[in-house]
Amino acid sequence: MPRAVIAGCRAKAVASHGQTAATSTRRAWSASRSEARSGLLFVAPYLIVFTVLLIYPLFSGIWLSLHKADLFGGSQFIGAQNYARLFRDPVFLTAVRNTLYFVLLTVPPLTLIGLGLALALNNRSRWSTLLRGLFFSSSVLSVTIVTLIWRMVLIPDGGLIANLLTAIGRSPVAFLSDAHLALPAIAMTTIWWCIGLPMMLFLAALQQVPQDLYEAATLDNAGWWRTLASVTLPSIRRTALVVVIIELILQFQLFGQAQIMTLGGPNNASLPMVLFIYQVGFQRWDIGYAAAASEILFGIILVAAMTQYFAARGREPR
Amino acid sequence: MRRRGTTVGGGVGNLALRGVSKRFGSTAVLDDVSLEIGAGEFLVVLGPSGCGKSTLLRAIAGLETIDAGEIEIDGARVDHLPPGKRGVAMVFQGYALYPHMTVRGNIAFGLKNIGTERAEIDRRISAVARMLEIEHLLERLPAALSGGQRQRVAIGRAIVKEPKVFMFDEPLSNLDAALRSRTRQEIANLHRRIRKAMIFVTHDQTEAMTLADRIVVMNQQRIEQVGTPLQVYRQPATIFVATFIGSPAMNILPVTRASGSGTLQWVRLADGTQIETTACEASLPEQGALRLGLRPESVRLCALGDGQTKAVVDFVEFLGDKTHVFLSLAGGDHLVVLDGASCQVRAGESVGVMFDRAATHLFDAEGRNRRLPG
Repeated sequence: MPRAVIAGCRAKAVASHGQTAATSTRRAWSASRSEARSGLLFVAPYLIVFTVLLIYPLFSGIWLSLHKADLFGGSQFIGAQNYARLFRDPVFLTAVRNTLYFVLLTVPPLTLIGLGLALALNNRSRWSTLLRGLFFSSSVLSVTIVTLIWRMVLIPDGGLIANLLTAIGRSPVAFLSDAHLALPAIAMTTIWWCIGLPMMLFLAALQQVPQDLYEAATLDNAGWWRTLASVTLPSIRRTALVVVIIELILQFQLFGQAQIMTLGGPNNASLPMVLFIYQVGFQRWDIGYAAAASEILFGIILVAAMTQYFAARGREPR
Repeated sequence: MRRRGTTVGGGVGNLALRGVSKRFGSTAVLDDVSLEIGAGEFLVVLGPSGCGKSTLLRAIAGLETIDAGEIEIDGARVDHLPPGKRGVAMVFQGYALYPHMTVRGNIAFGLKNIGTERAEIDRRISAVARMLEIEHLLERLPAALSGGQRQRVAIGRAIVKEPKVFMFDEPLSNLDAALRSRTRQEIANLHRRIRKAMIFVTHDQTEAMTLADRIVVMNQQRIEQVGTPLQVYRQPATIFVATFIGSPAMNILPVTRASGSGTLQWVRLADGTQIETTACEASLPEQGALRLGLRPESVRLCALGDGQTKAVVDFVEFLGDKTHVFLSLAGGDHLVVLDGASCQVRAGESVGVMFDRAATHLFDAEGRNRRLPG
């Protein structure tokens, strides 16, 4: 404080005050920095895993998609040529169409049937408890078991549906070898397999709706439909959004069912994008091309999920 | 006394319950409850948690089915009708406002469901909003309202339906003390203005005493007593009512019969002190323990030699406007006495105690009050 000594008491006080303020600001700054450092330490384990397993592969995938790369050989940078090739590749375009069609065949039924089951089973009766377990049980099966079961249902030679059709005097249908029926048959299998999760999510949401809202609605003369539309559905809107987004992401990645049940056939009629990527990358070893197809799939899922998210959020009451 | 199978209440009722019972498995939640509520009457159902008071309300509303008995509103039996068709409206403890509807939507919902015309809905909403001073809140969502404002909206939603009976299920319990007192006055004012039958369930005796035309005191799934606030305070039918209403609670002392004839009886405290009470000899049981009930304000402190008996001061609570003095009698009985602000006694001091003969109550072994009414 040499200046303060020369200029007298007042200046001394002012200087001292200024210095105190500066010191305290510095202290606050250093405190907040140390807080930030310890905060960073807490999130570090997750950040490291997230970076190594998600961020790095994402960018390395994008980088790979710009190369002509062989699974066993070297790679050569070719810019956006893989993408250009993809948009001219009729098999890839079929796979994109198939995937979109499959999502359309599965996501709305999964959401609506899941909601319907949850509404029907949202009570404490013994039957409901049993049925809840039963409907969820298919979700714990592996894709091999599920497809095995459904092959037995779908095969024209002695399958369950074939037997039923024969019993009413109709000829059996070869679902999995019919170009128009293969994808719907896989969709049916998928709905049966995946219905447990949406049902459980909706059930959890329904149980969060306060009981007195329903009682108020009963006193307000609201019938079943009115209560559903005006009380139940608005209360579980967020869960419905979550279900749709989860199912969109899951069903865009159709692979196992198609791989085991039809191998993408007949004539690529049930070839989804992930199976295309698998065949290109791991059977034809053209991993640059497969990476480019993966990036397009990633983009489609991102756009679909975000569109759904923002569209639903726009309708939320503030 | 506990009423079984009898109708309690006066006059031709706007709402009548006859022998209403309800069980959950082997547990009775309502046991043979009968009650009449006059048109325009404000009835408060008071009782501790789990006494069946909310179940009673919900049974009247139709939110619970009943296993036996009848419920009539305006002379027509309603217990088989769905809640919406009974002509009742309810204000829930947590208000139960539809969270995604505006205040206007909440109030209009019930009217829309019964096909009321748009213009009529608007007219009624305006009238109710004016009455409850919530006009500026009509376009807001419940999340944007304070507790008191939500309460008003819930009341508005009930009023707009113009029901025959209003029901309130502990509507003040979610409000802070200041707001509770104000809302209590507003509900009293509202009742004065609309003059409809109201049933108000609470465990708070202040709410019951200040709002009710008549109080129904419930305990263990049954009605203990029905009466005006003054009646239940001054002439409690049972020892439960006597101790549940009033703060501090009525002093209950075990006594034995000493002597007496006609309407004057002498009973003896554990320390040997004889106290005069007014109970008809014929109504007193030959045998069995008796208990003497004394309100804290019916006991007076006096100089050591002047009292009917003496006691040692255990503890003194100065409350500013009054003082609670906790005493021990020689026989081991404990008493609380309500004294004035200028009370001078200190813990450990010995004092004289006087009892107000006219305000004593004598309870038999079953807890029924044997004192003569009046």
